Amino acid sequence: MAQTAAPATVTPAITPISLKAIAPWAVFFGVVMLILLYFVGAEQGATALISGEGVHEWVHDGRHLLGFPCH
Amino acid sequence: MNSISVRALLVRGMLAGLVAGALALAVAYFLGESRVDAAIALEEAHSHSHDHGAGEELVSRGMQATGGLATGVLVFGVAVGGIAALVFCYALGRLGRFGPRATAALIAGAALLTVYIVPFLKYPANPPAVGNPDTIGRRTALFFLMVALSVLLAVAAVILGRRLAPRLGNWNATIAAAAGYVLVIGLAYAFLPSFNEVGKDFPASLLWEFRLATLAVQVTLWTTFGLVFGYLTERLLVPGPDVATATDGGTKRPATVAG
Repeated sequence: MAQTAAPATVTPAITPISLKAIAPWAVFFGVVMLILLYFVGAEQGATALISGEGVHEWVHDGRHLLGFPCH
Repeated sequence: MNSISVRALLVRGMLAGLVAGALALAVAYFLGESRVDAAIALEEAHSHSHDHGAGEELVSRGMQATGGLATGVLVFGVAVGGIAALVFCYALGRLGRFGPRATAALIAGAALLTVYIVPFLKYPANPPAVGNPDTIGRRTALFFLMVALSVLLAVAAVILGRRLAPRLGNWNATIAAAAGYVLVIGLAYAFLPSFNEVGKDFPASLLWEFRLATLAVQVTLWTTFGLVFGYLTERLLVPGPDVATATDGGTKRPATVAG
């Protein structure tokens, strides 16, 4: 009993999550997260999807202090 | 063992990212804002000009320093937390024998280094008043290129290290992979164009303090993320000692309990 219990508690082997299970989440949420980062870090700086300067001005301080090139 | 839910990990990653963003926000507000204000004051003193600064502002300085800063840092925290959680889903169980907590710490450390510090050493953060608006396109493109290069090379280094491990042993394989990463990053530093757009009369101490503040923001963010996400995933994936005995003894104990 002690022999079977010891290895199981000391090194619980972790089965990797299969790529098939990760892929849909990674594609959808990866894209969503990158879009969020784009709006925080670069929109209305070098490139602009929305005209004007509202987004740039609103996240201005965050952009500087997070290290993105701002203007 | 039933399969680990990607959704559960993603939710925890974004939550940990939000907590990390909140702490980073406090650092940004207390260490960073005074430097941003000082730089803007210099900018306005120098350009008594038309477009920027003077006149009506789209967003007031007060809002930029509070609501705007909070939006930027918190959204950044949630987004990088989500991406780090997806990386974690892949790395867990594939990086040697590291458990969830150690894997989370490794990913957070690697992210701080490859996503922020390595690009920062070539293209450091600039306060307002530093940087020529005419080069913003090139500077932005090169900054993101440097981030992408750094992350992809780190992934390549990890793959290389795993390949070399059977021949060289874990320790030497890690050193070889890290040396390869440093070498190629060094070449990128040497050959990519640099920008020196700091005005001659911009105070060096202010620039230094601003850049240190941005570094403090990122160190806070990734350290908090690594610790909080590690705690949450360890609790999710590794049953605690009492839980372990409860499920372990599940086959045996009922007999004694029932009997």
